[in-house]
Amino acid sequence: MKVCITARGEGFTAEVDPTFGRAAYFLFIDTDTRALEAVANVPGAHGAGVQAAQTVVEKGATVVITGSVGPNAYQGLAAAGIEMYTGATGTVEQALANFQTGKLTRSGGATGARHGGGRGIQ
Amino acid sequence: MRITIASGKGGTGKTTVATNLAIAVSGKFSVQFLDCDVEEPNAHIFLKPQIEQTRSVEKLLPEVDEELCTRCGECVKACEFNAIAIIGRKILVYNDLCHGCGLCKMVCPVGAINEHPHELGVIETGTAHGFSFARGLLNVGEAMSTPIIHEMKGMIDPKRLTIIDAPPGTGCPTIAAIKDADVAILVTEPTPFGLHDLQAAVGVARSVEVPVFVVINRDGIGDDRVERYCQEENIQVAMKIPFAREIAKLYSQGTTLVDALPEWKERFQALYEAVAR
Repeated sequence: MKVCITARGEGFTAEVDPTFGRAAYFLFIDTDTRALEAVANVPGAHGAGVQAAQTVVEKGATVVITGSVGPNAYQGLAAAGIEMYTGATGTVEQALANFQTGKLTRSGGATGARHGGGRGIQ
Repeated sequence: MRITIASGKGGTGKTTVATNLAIAVSGKFSVQFLDCDVEEPNAHIFLKPQIEQTRSVEKLLPEVDEELCTRCGECVKACEFNAIAIIGRKILVYNDLCHGCGLCKMVCPVGAINEHPHELGVIETGTAHGFSFARGLLNVGEAMSTPIIHEMKGMIDPKRLTIIDAPPGTGCPTIAAIKDADVAILVTEPTPFGLHDLQAAVGVARSVEVPVFVVINRDGIGDDRVERYCQEENIQVAMKIPFAREIAKLYSQGTTLVDALPEWKERFQALYEAVAR
């Protein structure tokens, strides 16, 4: 399974980035092989959540692990059938372990405060 | 001439200054008052206008024909605001992100995008105190107020003295209300909070090259840091409104200072003279 964990850095020891759309990095991790690919997130001024959701879909992840997901991103990820696990904290390594041991909650709706109202910046 | 009354901080007295200024100079000039604080317009409470006409402000939202669409992604690439996404075979249109520019429709190679109008709010026009009055009113639940402000600015009559009551803050709606003005009057209060937001508002006005003047409201509270800042920045404090029970009482009754206290008519006329020079 390929999961996407939002992070402030590029490796397993990096801190989880609590925001989804404006996270510093997306770490795509194969849970079987632990192969990791870090993708720097370069959000535009508008619609960062939508853009981020498309990145995750293109990379083929089926699970997102992050702090919180805003409404626009939620809609995009949900359309692709991607499962979202929110409330992750600590390092990427810890978040992955918490996910694998069922300690993270699966989100059934947007959990995040919208950045700029989830409407981009006018 | 166009004068925009703005502030960084909300609740500093923009509407107090804008409405009093409009009434004070309306004997001398043909005034046009535009309440561009479209999320919460309240100048009508003081001006008590007769509304004669209401019209709708719309933006055009894209509608994708899923049968015709080839999922080529040209519209997604073209959209500056990420308002269209293709997720697998699904096409998502984010209405709140869409600025209604129509670029997606232009770039679609197969003509799969149509546009339909979506109401953002209304503009009410009428008269108050013998001058022309208009206010924008954003519909509840709408996120984008700038198209209404732009529409209102399109109503500006260059032969008149236009007074614009701007929305608070320093974001796009405020910039839209300040841009192209001949002068901006920034209303603040002499507190650290007032100063902080005044500095942001000055930055906004200067970024769009609009000269600024400051009005200090609730003068007598707080400290002198706003005045010191204005001195350092070479900004004229064109008026001070004292923190006085009488003024607060008139405000609470929806009465303008100019209507209740004749000396304030002269003071607001002097404010006009100071900023119009």
